[in-house]
Amino acid sequence: MSILVEHPGMLTTVQDLGRWGYQAVGMPVAGAMDPLSLRIGNLLLGNPENAAALECTLLGPTLRIEEEKILLALTGADLGMKINGKRVSPWQVLETYRGDRISFDGPQGKGCRGYLCFSGGIEVPLVMESRSTYLRGKLGGFSGRALQKGDALVPGKPGLLWESCAGLECPEKLRPQEPPKNLFRVILGPQEEKFTSRGIETLFSSEYTVSNAADRMGFRLEGPKVEHAEGADIVSDGIPPGAIQVPGHGEPIVMMADRQTTGGYAKIGVLCSGDFGRFAQKMPGDTVRFTSVSVSQGVKILEKQEENLRELLRLRASHRSRPRIEEEILPAVTEESSCGTSPEKLRGNWQITISGDATYRVEWEER
Amino acid sequence: MPEQASAPRFLPAGESCVVVDFGEYIDYNVNRKVQALRKALEKAAFPSIRELLPTYRSLAIYLNPLKENPRNLRKKIEEILSSMEKENLPPGEAVDIPVCYGEDFGPDLGFVASSNGLSEEEVLRRHSGREYYCYMLGFTPGFPYLGGMDPSIATPRLSKPRQTIPGGSVGIADQQTGIYPIESPGGWQLIGRTPLTLFDPRKNPPILLEAGLWIRFVPVSSEEYRDIARQVASGEYVLSRRERREP
Repeated sequence: MSILVEHPGMLTTVQDLGRWGYQAVGMPVAGAMDPLSLRIGNLLLGNPENAAALECTLLGPTLRIEEEKILLALTGADLGMKINGKRVSPWQVLETYRGDRISFDGPQGKGCRGYLCFSGGIEVPLVMESRSTYLRGKLGGFSGRALQKGDALVPGKPGLLWESCAGLECPEKLRPQEPPKNLFRVILGPQEEKFTSRGIETLFSSEYTVSNAADRMGFRLEGPKVEHAEGADIVSDGIPPGAIQVPGHGEPIVMMADRQTTGGYAKIGVLCSGDFGRFAQKMPGDTVRFTSVSVSQGVKILEKQEENLRELLRLRASHRSRPRIEEEILPAVTEESSCGTSPEKLRGNWQITISGDATYRVEWEER
Repeated sequence: MPEQASAPRFLPAGESCVVVDFGEYIDYNVNRKVQALRKALEKAAFPSIRELLPTYRSLAIYLNPLKENPRNLRKKIEEILSSMEKENLPPGEAVDIPVCYGEDFGPDLGFVASSNGLSEEEVLRRHSGREYYCYMLGFTPGFPYLGGMDPSIATPRLSKPRQTIPGGSVGIADQQTGIYPIESPGGWQLIGRTPLTLFDPRKNPPILLEAGLWIRFVPVSSEEYRDIARQVASGEYVLSRRERREP
């Protein structure tokens, strides 16, 4: 019972939300480059939000389902997923069965990292409390490496009522949003004083191009040089995700999921966490611009995203509690339903009218 | 390093991380404060703190701003900082790291000796005859940044780095000494090797050393090396810590 890798794609790795808690000993966090998309995928499927999924880069893998039945959803970038050769929508829970083949046509527009999530998640051993692959350290994920042809992935045990998630879709407005006017929001610091005011002005007034040196560790940007006040070197300190460090050559490097824990280049600012995942979807050749915001504005962006996730939980609850009538038993059912929307507990409140005369009210609640 | 360091500064590092900076120095007294704040915050166990990352001169505090307003958290940290100043810092701890110097374990010992005009025995004596302070771990998982090497054995890096260096190798690069936790490429001059495993992701904790520890290298013979390696493999070996008196 497994999911068989017939072709690994360009760079497909097992990722969860990262190996937090071990940076003090030099262990990079790794994890999904676009964590919000992974969380949405898991939420759609009824998984814990930290369940592991496949991060597919540009060209997705070809997989054969060898499970009796499994649900899946692609979030993040639309990589042109197909089931048995037929194009299917991303951001939607799809049913697959033994023998089905998942393949990809390639990116369909914005973004290069798709998250292929399965009900129950991908089961790989926990390494330092995480299932994320850290490629440079050759640890975590599937044998510490990207997927290869012939690998057999084992899905985890799905939660109760997992099948009831089939068909659930994440509406457009609840998906990760591009930052307004395509300006990535940056909080100045911790070392903005290592830069001249002209250097800071340059960063926020210029257009930068993502260079070919862009991988899971960091994105080097090409564009106007950011001027230091006196040298680029600092006594090493911590590097948070999205930190914009500027080495002596003056071109900014945005530090991504596989960044080293500490570093000795001055950091002019840090991307808002809420914009990190959208930034991770950029490809070499894409252009980006930055704008400066405060810490409390950064928190507001996160609050909005959490509110969207709660809204999605409510949608899931009502999707799961929708009445499904077996047609053979009750051939002429019309249904009207209003559903409780508590994300913690499934509730239903249905009014069922049979053949136009008998009306039943059904109220129920998950025990 | 000034006698009287300035008050710690709170530097934003995004909305989900704040850096408490004690001054931009590689200095024992600065780092002791970093370690003291780390210990105090570990003890306080604020639910909004996700993770603590101590470095030479600062403590990066990863936090969840949706659990607690960063401004509230800052007030609590400031209170801890002001009570810390009144208390004496806790005593340090030291560990002994067995090292087999020279021969196959330390192929560059001869070069380090000759380029400094010393005998190999004298390099061994100067390298093992003191305690090193572990400022931080980083670079690769478990790699200790050690301070306090005798400058008379400083040696530049290899002009051509080696493709693979065995895990446990002890090396010198300019004024620094360190231990490679895992097999990796590198350009340090190798003078010996420890049979201890510095990083094993299957173990808990996975890393042998920690920032704030003092380390002493204890020379062992190749027989002792193999004996300790056996004990490490079978899980019998215990690295004992001792309290360190300030000299």
